[in-house]
Amino acid sequence: MTATLDTSTSGTDTVAANRVRRGRRRRGIIAVLVVLVAAAFAASLMFGKTFYPPSDVMRVILGEDVPGASFTVGTLRIPRTVLAVVAGICFGLGGVTFQTMLRNPLASPDIIGISSGASAAAAFAIIVLSLGGSQVSAVAIVAGLAVAVLIYALSFRNGVAGTRLILIGIGIAAMLDSLTSYLLSTAATWDLQETTRWLTGSLNGTTWTATVPVLVALAVFGPVLLGQTRNLSMLQLGDDTAQALGVRVERTRIVLIIAAVGLIAFATAAAGPIAFVAFLSGPIAARIVGPGTSLVVPAALVGALLVLVADFCGQYAFGTRYPVGVVTGVLGAPYLVYLIIRSNRSGGSL
Amino acid sequence: MTVTQPDSTSGALTTGRPTFGRLLWLLVLAGVLVALTVMSVVIGSRDVEWSDILAALGGSTDNIGQGAVAKRIPRTVLALLVGAALGLAGAVMQGVTRNPLADPGILGVNMGASLAVVVGMAYFGLWTQTSMIWVAILGAGIAALFVYTVGSLGRGGATPLKLALSGAATSAAFASFITAVVLPRNDIAGSVRSWQIGGVGGASFDAVGQALPFLAVGFVVSLLSARSLNSLALGDEVAAGLGERVAIARGIAALGAVLLCGAATAIAGPIAFVGLVVPHLCRMLIGVDNRWLLPFSALTGAALLTAADILGRIVARPSEIDVGIITALIGAPFFIYIVRRQKIREL
Repeated sequence: MTATLDTSTSGTDTVAANRVRRGRRRRGIIAVLVVLVAAAFAASLMFGKTFYPPSDVMRVILGEDVPGASFTVGTLRIPRTVLAVVAGICFGLGGVTFQTMLRNPLASPDIIGISSGASAAAAFAIIVLSLGGSQVSAVAIVAGLAVAVLIYALSFRNGVAGTRLILIGIGIAAMLDSLTSYLLSTAATWDLQETTRWLTGSLNGTTWTATVPVLVALAVFGPVLLGQTRNLSMLQLGDDTAQALGVRVERTRIVLIIAAVGLIAFATAAAGPIAFVAFLSGPIAARIVGPGTSLVVPAALVGALLVLVADFCGQYAFGTRYPVGVVTGVLGAPYLVYLIIRSNRSGGSL
Repeated sequence: MTVTQPDSTSGALTTGRPTFGRLLWLLVLAGVLVALTVMSVVIGSRDVEWSDILAALGGSTDNIGQGAVAKRIPRTVLALLVGAALGLAGAVMQGVTRNPLADPGILGVNMGASLAVVVGMAYFGLWTQTSMIWVAILGAGIAALFVYTVGSLGRGGATPLKLALSGAATSAAFASFITAVVLPRNDIAGSVRSWQIGGVGGASFDAVGQALPFLAVGFVVSLLSARSLNSLALGDEVAAGLGERVAIARGIAALGAVLLCGAATAIAGPIAFVGLVVPHLCRMLIGVDNRWLLPFSALTGAALLTAADILGRIVARPSEIDVGIITALIGAPFFIYIVRRQKIREL
């Protein structure tokens, strides 16, 4: 659409012009975000205890044998960094889908208990059932979906009210987190670093076995979500309006929930519920992109950037190696408080 | 927004509830408490003969059985005390905030106490019971003030949704800070962790004795504020009209609750949901009059926490489940039940 179709109605003219400008701005921002993610990715591969120049990193990626770098970069840094990007994208996508669908930034999977469910299930599968690999992911996704259905069913009374859903989700999350704490306390060897994985998320000790299932999940569910972007933004207008615009509301919602929970559950089974990434990505993306455009892609990129930067800081910025979830938690929780303060002040009901 | 369900007929009924019924419930409750206390001493991961139990009660620790029972005695006392403190604190907080979802755990007060204790341990070497209690009370007070301020910003004051949300967010923030403080410190990680999950298992009469003065003051202050909480329940303006100095009354009652939560958290770790469940149960039994509700909540809290502790010892035999985990598993469904019962505009 061009801005110069009709000169007599200057109103339409401005709207159209604005839309073009917004579209251009959005594409520009996405490009910048992609560059930032790529830069952070490259930096995570090069920097660390030992610095390896880009040429060494490239040679490792191409499969050559470089003394030292092959192990440090090839075995340690690449799987970890790839998982950081992929898990960040998964959390960002899953979070923004829920937030948009339920029209509430607090309705993200990590606040309403879906991540807690996936995490408790993963801990259960590993500690009690001694499962591994894709079986853990399968248990996590089943539990995530079950929690989503449970919260939805419990908050249903003459329709689902956002506030009720969030409060019920907080209750469920509290219950599941205490279950996870209990499971962890029964584990044979108790290790705080390992414990934080299932409570706040961690990328320590990542191998390809953990990373590959998440990659596959992103390849399967990612396109599904992207294909529903248009329907998602129509759902935002309310069920009736969306229906009138030709969206099959219930079907769209089910597809969206399965895809979003799938992404969250697989990422959680590999890296734990990295605290607040799902919650933060959407609002940050909205701040950057501005109103009126879809947040799905920007939120995914913001999620990846958050996890990459937080993991890098957690590893090297402090005296101790902090798991990524502790860093995002320390950043994210105050932001949540700030968001509540701001919305309370303006009198809105979130 | 009052704590009671806004139903004029039930309101009329509760005020007319006969004292006889309340005394009957008091008797039942006392019986339950005695039974639970006995069970808590008798039941454990080790089966002990009655003769050994009686010998242990007499102070003897000659064999393992008697030794085990001797360890259960301070534990039972601690569970009773902490439960009473949390139940009473919950009732006071629901009265002060006029909010049915108020609970020291949900409002982040216990997490505030925990963060203060952990920081005290990690950076200031505050390991003694007494210093931990002071620090915990300070942390609980700051957290309570912060959460209440955030939750009452904007239109409509401290609505249940806003308070619960700011409490949950503040709890999450404090929990992250606690992890960040503890992780680099392998020396304190183990003890912080066992304390943090919320346990009465490692109780000793020494620790109980240290907390007792704080708890006693908290109990007295809270129980004495019953009358002013009754006025506050009618709304700030009516309360002022009745001659209540609203801000001062609220502050004193809250101080009592903070003392109770801080001391309870310092000796048993953050335990959530007891303060939420107990006052609601008591209101169903004996109505909304705080002069009855507060002591009943203390007794019911003691019974609930002791029962949760016993349950934790039975279900996971031969090991144990920490009492904080049991209360969360019982309390969270109750929380959901209360949320479901509320009308949307009241949230």
